[in-house]
Amino acid sequence: MQEIEKIVNGQKLFQRPEYQEVLKNKKEFEGGMGAVDAEKVKEIAEWTKSWDYREKNLAREAITVNPAKACQPLGAVMVALGFENTMPYVHGSHGCVAYFRSYFTKHFKEPTPCVSDSMTEDAAVFGGLTNMKDGLKNCAALYKPEMIAVSTTCMAEVIGDDLYAFAVAAKEEDGGEFLPESFPITYAHTPSFTGSHITGYDNMMHGILEQLTTDQKTEEKKERINIIPGFETYIGSIRSVKAIVESFGADYLMLGDHSDQWDMPAGNYSMFAGGTPIADAKDSINSTATISLGKYATTKTMKMVQKRWKHKGGFSNPVGLKGTDEFVMKLAELTGKDVPAKLKIERGRLVDAMQDSYPYMHGKKFAIWGDPDFLVGLVSFLLEMGAEPTHVLCHNAPRGWEEEMRAMLDTSPAAADCHVWAGKDLWHMRSLLFTEPVDFMIGNSYGKELMRDTGIPLIYIGFPIFDRHHLHRYSISGYDGALNLLTWITNKVLDQLDEETKNIASTDYFFDLVR
Amino acid sequence: MGPESLEAKQKAAIEEVLKAYPEKAAKNRAKHLGVGGPEDESQKTCGNVRSNKKTVPGVMSQRGCAYAGSKGVVWGPVKDMVHISHGPIGCGQYSRAGRRNYYIGTTGVDTFVTMNFSSDFQEKDIVFGGDKKLAVCLEEIDALFPLNNGITVQSECPIGLIGDDINATSKQYASKTGQTVVPVNCEGFRGVSQSLGHHIANDTVRDYVFDANPKTLGAPIEVTEYDVAIIGDYNIGGDAWSSRILLEEMGLRVVAQWSGDATLKEMVATTKVKLNLLHCYRSMNYISRHMEKEYGIPWIEYNFFGPSQTIKSLRKIAAFFDESIQAKCEEVIAKYQPLVDAVVNKYRPRLEGKTVMLFVGGLRPRHVIGAYEDLGMEVIGTGYEFAHDDDYKRTKDEIFRSTVIYDDVNEYELEAFVKALQPDLVASGIKEKYVFQKMGLPYRQMHSWDYSGPYHGYDGFAIFAQDMDLAINSPVWAHTKAPWDKEGEA
Repeated sequence: MQEIEKIVNGQKLFQRPEYQEVLKNKKEFEGGMGAVDAEKVKEIAEWTKSWDYREKNLAREAITVNPAKACQPLGAVMVALGFENTMPYVHGSHGCVAYFRSYFTKHFKEPTPCVSDSMTEDAAVFGGLTNMKDGLKNCAALYKPEMIAVSTTCMAEVIGDDLYAFAVAAKEEDGGEFLPESFPITYAHTPSFTGSHITGYDNMMHGILEQLTTDQKTEEKKERINIIPGFETYIGSIRSVKAIVESFGADYLMLGDHSDQWDMPAGNYSMFAGGTPIADAKDSINSTATISLGKYATTKTMKMVQKRWKHKGGFSNPVGLKGTDEFVMKLAELTGKDVPAKLKIERGRLVDAMQDSYPYMHGKKFAIWGDPDFLVGLVSFLLEMGAEPTHVLCHNAPRGWEEEMRAMLDTSPAAADCHVWAGKDLWHMRSLLFTEPVDFMIGNSYGKELMRDTGIPLIYIGFPIFDRHHLHRYSISGYDGALNLLTWITNKVLDQLDEETKNIASTDYFFDLVR
Repeated sequence: MGPESLEAKQKAAIEEVLKAYPEKAAKNRAKHLGVGGPEDESQKTCGNVRSNKKTVPGVMSQRGCAYAGSKGVVWGPVKDMVHISHGPIGCGQYSRAGRRNYYIGTTGVDTFVTMNFSSDFQEKDIVFGGDKKLAVCLEEIDALFPLNNGITVQSECPIGLIGDDINATSKQYASKTGQTVVPVNCEGFRGVSQSLGHHIANDTVRDYVFDANPKTLGAPIEVTEYDVAIIGDYNIGGDAWSSRILLEEMGLRVVAQWSGDATLKEMVATTKVKLNLLHCYRSMNYISRHMEKEYGIPWIEYNFFGPSQTIKSLRKIAAFFDESIQAKCEEVIAKYQPLVDAVVNKYRPRLEGKTVMLFVGGLRPRHVIGAYEDLGMEVIGTGYEFAHDDDYKRTKDEIFRSTVIYDDVNEYELEAFVKALQPDLVASGIKEKYVFQKMGLPYRQMHSWDYSGPYHGYDGFAIFAQDMDLAINSPVWAHTKAPWDKEGEA
C-alpha cells in the first residue's frame, strides 16, 4: 500500500512485496514460455545472440522487425510546416494524421498541426472527391492558412485519386468563398509503399516548389542562394546553417524552414510560426543557386532545380568538420567572397576541442543507424576523430548510398572491420551487436531495447527521440554543431569509463578525478 | 455563478464555435456539441449529442482508425503473440510502444509487445498482392521467434483494397503448423474511428480464440467458484495490476486480464469464469456480451478511478458472490480507508474548486469524473473521440451539473472551449498537450498517464492525486509572464 509521505508511481510501486507476489501468482494462468519453462526462455535468449541466429536473421526475406524508417506522408507533413502559414493536408484516413501528429509531437514536444479529409469506406469505393471538396473548404474556413499542401496516404494512392483535378474541382465548387482562385493548393503523391519518409519529403518539396514557381520566372536572376534543409530534425541545425550563410552577408532563402514551427515560446499559442514566406517560395526560381543539405532527401527536387531552373549549387552536408568546410567553401565560391574571419575562429575552436578530446574517441567502435544523409554526416565526423564505425545501418538506403558509405569507410585504417548494412532493420542490428560487438551505439530511441539487451551504451543522436528531452533544440550542423556532437559523444565515453571503474576497492584506482 | 448562468455561458460558447464553419460543416458539428446535465430529458445520450458518425473532412480531428483500435488497443498488448502490421511501414512504426501496455516477459524471446513486426509493403506487393509475402512472414516469425504462442495479422488500408485474402493465407498456415494465426480485417478506412477496430478485433477473439480452441502451454486451469476476468484494462502504466491486487485481496481469483499483460491462455480460460468485470465498456462490450450469450457468463461494469467509485464497484462485484467475499470486500475497503483519508487530506486543500476539461477515448471521459470529485475538483467539459450513444448515456450518470459535451471535438473547437470556459486543468492526449501548455495551462495526458500511473485502484488514486497536484501547483506556469510585461500582455 502507498505511504502517504512517499507516494511512488509504478516504477517503485510494483517492486513492493505485495505486488511482486501478485505478479508471481499471475504466472499460474499465463501459459507463456516464461511462466512454464524459464530455462527454455534462457536457452532461446542465448541462441538469439549466436552466429547461427545471425545467419538465419540476416536471411529474412519478408518480415521486417523493428524498422528504422517511416512512410512518405510523414516527410510531406514536415515540408508543409516549413512554409509560412501552411496547413499540411493529408488526403486519406484521419488515423494516419493522428499518427503523424503524435509522432512529431512526441519528438519535438511541440504541437504539430495537420488535417486530413477523413476518407472512409464510401470514399474507398467512389473516390475521395467529395471529401476533398469539403475538406479543403473547411480547412480554409477554420484555420485560415495561406497555403494548403496536400499529400496522400496509401489508401488514396491505391484507389488512384487525382489530386490536381480534385483541387481544381474544390475551388470551382467553392466559388471563391473560402478558396479563391489565387489560393495556393500545392500537392504531391506520397504513396507509403514506395521509399520512406525522406521520399515523401522530396515529393512534397518538389511539388510545392514546382507548382508555386510556375510562371514566376523573371528575365533577371537574383544574386541569391536557396537552401533546402532536407529531413532535418535538429532545429538548431537550421539556425547554424543560417548563421553561416549570414556571416557571408549573402542573400538567401531557406526553403522549408520549420525551425520556428517546432520551437514556439511559451505565452501564447498560434497554430503557425515562422516558415518560408509563400512569396519567397514563388520567387525561389529566380535565385542563382540552390544548395540542398540532404542529398538523398531531395533527389527529385534537385533534379528539377538543376535541369530546369539551371541553378548552381548542388549538394552539401554540413555535419562534422569536413562537411562544414565544404559547405563554407561552396558559399565562398558562390558568393565570390573570402571566408569570414568569424567562421575561421569558430573552426579553430572546434579543431582545438577535437584535439583536446580525441583520445577518448580514437579507436572506439561504434554502431550507428538512421537516415542516409544523417549517416553520411555522422560517419564523416566519427572518421575525423579516429573512431571506427563498425556497423553503419540504413534501413531506408536509396540507390547509391551504400557505395558512397563504403567509399567513406574505406578511408579508415580499420576499413576491413567497418560494415555497411543497407536495407536492414534493428532486429538485424541486434544480431550484429551480439556477434561483432561495439563500444557505443549512436541512434534514436529505438536503440533503447538494443541497449537493454546488449548492455552497449546508447548515445541519443537521430530521429525520433521520444525519451530524452530537448536534444532536438541543439545543432549538429556547422562548426558549433560538430562541437555538440563532440561533447555528447566524448562525455558519454567518460560516463561509461566512470561506470566501469567505480567499483570500490577493485577498479576505482582508475576512477580518475581528471581526464 | 448559478447553474442557469453557467449553462447559458456554455451554450454561448458552442454557438460561438459553430460560427467559424461553412454551412454544411456547421450543421453537422452542431449535432455533436451540447450542454448536458444529470436531469437531461433524453435517455439516449447526454447533452443530446450525436456520436459515432463520420468526421467532418478538413478539421483537425483527434480520432484514430480501425487499425489503431485493433492493433493498438485490443490485440497489441497480448504479450505472448506476435502482431504483424500488415501493409506499408508507417502504421506499425507510429504505433510502436506508445501506449505503455506494461507486461512482464523477455521481449523478443517469449513476449513481443513493444516490438514492431511489419510486412513493409512495396509497390510490387500492391500490384501483385501480398499474400505470398505474408505466408513467408509467418514462417520467418516462427523460425526466429519459436516461443511465440500465436500470430495476429493486423491489416492496414491497402489490404482490403487490393483484394488480398489474409484469411485464406492464415488458415492455410495454421492448418499446416497447428499454430494460432488470427487474421484481422481492421483496415484503417473501415468505420469512422478506432471504435470499429475494437469490434472487429473482438469478433476475431471469438472466432480464433474461443471457437478454434487453440493449443496452450502448461497444465490446464482448474476452475473455482471465485474465478473472474478483468476485461477492457490495457494495463497502462500497470493499471490492471493495481486493480488485480484488490480483487485478489477480497478473495477472488483473477484468471485473465484483457488485454494488458495478457496471454493467449488467459483469453482461452475466460470462457469458464464466473463473472466478467468490464472496465472499458466501449472497446470490449462486444466480447463480454458474446460470452454472456454463448457461455452464460454475466458481466458487470466497474470503475476503479478514485475511492468513491472504487468502493461502489468493489461492493457491486462482491454482491455477485457469497458472504465470505462480501465480508472480505468490507475488510479491503476498511484497510484502505486510512490511505484514502490521508490522500484526500493532503491534496484536497490544494485542489479544491479547481475545474477540469477532459477529452479522451474509451471510458475515461466519464470514469475519471469521480476521481476528480474526490479531490474537490469539477469536470466542466468532457467528450469522447469515438464513443457511441450508450457511452454518452452512461456519462449523464456521472456529471453532477451542467457540463459541455463535445463529441469528436477537433483542435479548433477544443481551443475555443478552453478559452471560453477557462478551466484550471486540461486533460487529454499528446497531440493537444503542448497547445495548452503554451497558453500556460496545466495539462495532463490522460491516455498514457503522462508517463506516470497506474491510476486504477487505491494505490493508483494516490498517484493520480499527486500528479494532479504536481500539474496544477507547479511553479513553472507562473514564469510565463515576464517581469517587464505590461498588464494584459502575455
